[in-house]
Amino acid sequence: MIYKFDFSFLLQYWPELLRGVWLTLRMTLLSILPGFAVGTLCALGRIYGPVNLARAIKTYVELIRNTPLIIQVFWLFFGLSALHFRISALAAAVIALVVNVSAYTAEIMRAGFEAIPKGQLEAASCLAMSRRQMIWHIELPQAVERVYPALVSQFVLMMLATSIMSQISADELTGAADLIQSFTFRGFEAYIVVAVIYLIIVSLMRLVMLASAAMLFPRLRALRSPL
Amino acid sequence: MLFNLTPEQFFYIFRGAGWTIVLSMLGVAGGVLLGIPIALARVSRHTWLKRASGLYVQINQAIPLPVTMFVVYFGISIGGYTVPVLVAAALALTVNAAAYLGEIWRGSIESVPSTQWEASESLALSYVQRMQYVILPQALRISIPPTVGFVVALVKNTSYAVVIGMSELTYSSRVVNNTTFQPFVIFTIAAGLYFMMCYPLSVLSLRLERIVRQA
Amino acid sequence: MANEENEATDSMVRFEKVRKFYGEIEVLKGISLNVSRGEVISLIGRSGSGKSTALRCINGLEAINEGRLHVCGRALHDAHIDLRALRRDVGIVFQSYNLFPHLTVLQNITLAPRKVRRLPLKEATDLALRVLNQVGLFEKANAYPSELSGGQQQRVAIARSLAMEPRLMLFDEVTSALDPELTGEVLRVIEKLAADGMTMVIVTHEMAFARSVADQLVFMNQGIVWETGNGDMLRQPRTEELQQFVGSGL
Repeated sequence: MIYKFDFSFLLQYWPELLRGVWLTLRMTLLSILPGFAVGTLCALGRIYGPVNLARAIKTYVELIRNTPLIIQVFWLFFGLSALHFRISALAAAVIALVVNVSAYTAEIMRAGFEAIPKGQLEAASCLAMSRRQMIWHIELPQAVERVYPALVSQFVLMMLATSIMSQISADELTGAADLIQSFTFRGFEAYIVVAVIYLIIVSLMRLVMLASAAMLFPRLRALRSPL
Repeated sequence: MLFNLTPEQFFYIFRGAGWTIVLSMLGVAGGVLLGIPIALARVSRHTWLKRASGLYVQINQAIPLPVTMFVVYFGISIGGYTVPVLVAAALALTVNAAAYLGEIWRGSIESVPSTQWEASESLALSYVQRMQYVILPQALRISIPPTVGFVVALVKNTSYAVVIGMSELTYSSRVVNNTTFQPFVIFTIAAGLYFMMCYPLSVLSLRLERIVRQA
Repeated sequence: MANEENEATDSMVRFEKVRKFYGEIEVLKGISLNVSRGEVISLIGRSGSGKSTALRCINGLEAINEGRLHVCGRALHDAHIDLRALRRDVGIVFQSYNLFPHLTVLQNITLAPRKVRRLPLKEATDLALRVLNQVGLFEKANAYPSELSGGQQQRVAIARSLAMEPRLMLFDEVTSALDPELTGEVLRVIEKLAADGMTMVIVTHEMAFARSVADQLVFMNQGIVWETGNGDMLRQPRTEELQQFVGSGL
C-alpha cells in the first residue's frame, strides 16, 4: 500500500504556519542583540575583570554549555510559575535564549579578543587611550570581524533552538506543525513543509548577516582580505 | 523522602538518565558510521559526490533536530513499520550527527598540509593508498578534539527526543515535575546529571586539543 | 629648590641610579642618564644590554624597582603617577609599528587626537594630514596599513605619535624589522625631526645613523651605562667592550 501524500492542509492552515514563523523570528530577533551584548561583556569580564568575576563567569559559561537548552528553559519557566511569577512563554523563551547564547558568545568573543596582537594594545595605551577607548575602538571591531563566521553560525543555531519552545506552549513554527498534525493526521507532510520553511529562514539569515558584514567592516569591503 | 521526592521518583529520573546514555551511544555510533562516508564524499574528486554530500550537510544543518525527529518518526510509520521510539530517536540523531561530524572531519582532512599530498603523490601512491597511509591517519589526530566536543553536543541533543515521547532524562524529569511541582529541585537534578555526563567530555576535548597542538 | 626647578624644566629625562629586576634577574643595574630639551641621544649595545628596557621605562611600559626617574617633570618612581597624562607628552614608535589594521592610515592617526585630546574631526584631520605630509605620505591617507610597505607603515607609526604633539619621542629599534632598502626613508624622517628640535631617545643598531643624528651616544652593556660620548666615541672607544661591539659591525 503506497502512502498518498496530501499537502492540501496548506490551503487551510497557512495562517497558523505564518503565525509560527512570525513567533520564531520574533524570539530570534529579540534574543540576538542582548545575547551578543551580554556575551561580549562576559568575555571582557573574563579577560579584564578581577579574578573572582572571571571565575564566576567561567562557572556560568561551563554550566550553560554543558546542560541542554530545554532543561534551562524548563527550569526557568516552570520554576518561575512555581514561585507564582506570571511570565509569558515568549518572555521565558527569550530570557532562556539570551542566557544560553551569551555563554557561547562569551567563548567565541574571548577567542576573538585574545587573537589581537598585544603590540596594538601597547601602542594604544602609549597613545594615552583609556581601557574603555581601547576596547571600543581597537579590540571590539577586530574581534567581531575575526569571529564573525562563528557568530553567524551561533545565531543560526539559536534560531533553530527556538523550535523547542513549543514545549512551554510558545506556538512557534514547530508547534504549528504539531497543531496541524493533531488536526489532519498529516504529520509527515506537515513537518516536511516546516523543514523547508526552516531551510528558507536559515538561508535568509545567512544572506542578511553576510550583507551586514560588508556594511560593518569597511576594510573588508575595500580590500576583500581577512584581518 | 529527600527534597519531597519519593525514591521511586528519583529512580524514574535516574532511569531516564540511563536511556540518555544509551541514546547518546547509539547516536555516536550511527553518526560515526554514516559520517565517515559523508566526509570522504565531501573531499572526493568526483564533483557529484561532493555536491550531493554538501547538500546533505547543508539541509541537516538548517533543520532543527526536533523537526528531524518528527520527520523520521512519522516517516517510519508511513513506511508501514512500527519501531520503538528509541530507534526513531537514534536514527534522527544519526542523520543529524553524520552531517556535523562529516563537516568536522572534512575540515580535519583539509587541514592536513598540502605538502603531505604532494609528497605522497611523488611517491607514486594511488589515491586510496595516499588517503589510507598518509592523509587519514594525520587527519584522525587533528579530528579527535572537535569530535569529542561534538559528542558533548550530541548528549545535549538527546534531550530533543522528548518531542517524540521517548523517556530519556528530560522527559522523565518533566513527568515527575508534572506530579510533584518541584521544578527547581527536579530540573536542577536533571541539569546536574547532564553536567556530569558532559563536563568531563568538554574538559577532555580541551586537553586533547592542547596535546594535538603541541605535537 | 630654584636650581632643581631650572634643571627640571630643561631636563626631559633623568635616570638616577635606576635598577630594574625581572624576577631574580637584574636587567638595569643602577643607571644614571640625563636628556635635556632638544637633545637627541642614542642608546646602543648588544641584545640584552638593557637599552630597550631603559627606553620602555621612560614612558612607563616597564616599572623601575629602585632609584628615581623623572620624565617631563613627572616622577615615574612614584606609584601614583598618572601614566595616561605622561603619555600625552611622550610618544613612542615600536619595532613592529603596531598600526591598527582595521583603520585607514588617516583614522589610525586621528584616533588618539580625537578621543584623548578631544579634537573635533576637522581639526584632527587637518593635523593628521599635516604630520602625514611631514613624513612624506600625504597621498596614502585613505589606504589601509596592509596596503603599505614596511617602511611606509613605520612612517605612519611615526606620524601617529607626532599627531599627539609630544614633547619627547622614543624610538625602539624602529628599522630592525625592515628590509634594508626601506630603512633609509624612515631614518630620513627621524633626521628631519631631530633637525626641527624634537627631544628624542633612540635605540638602534644603525651605527652610522646613530653617529650622525645623536648629540650623545650611550653604550650600554650588561645593564650598565658603559660609555658615553659623542660620535667620536665610536672611533676611539675607551673600553674593550665597546671596541668589540664596534668591531663586530653591530
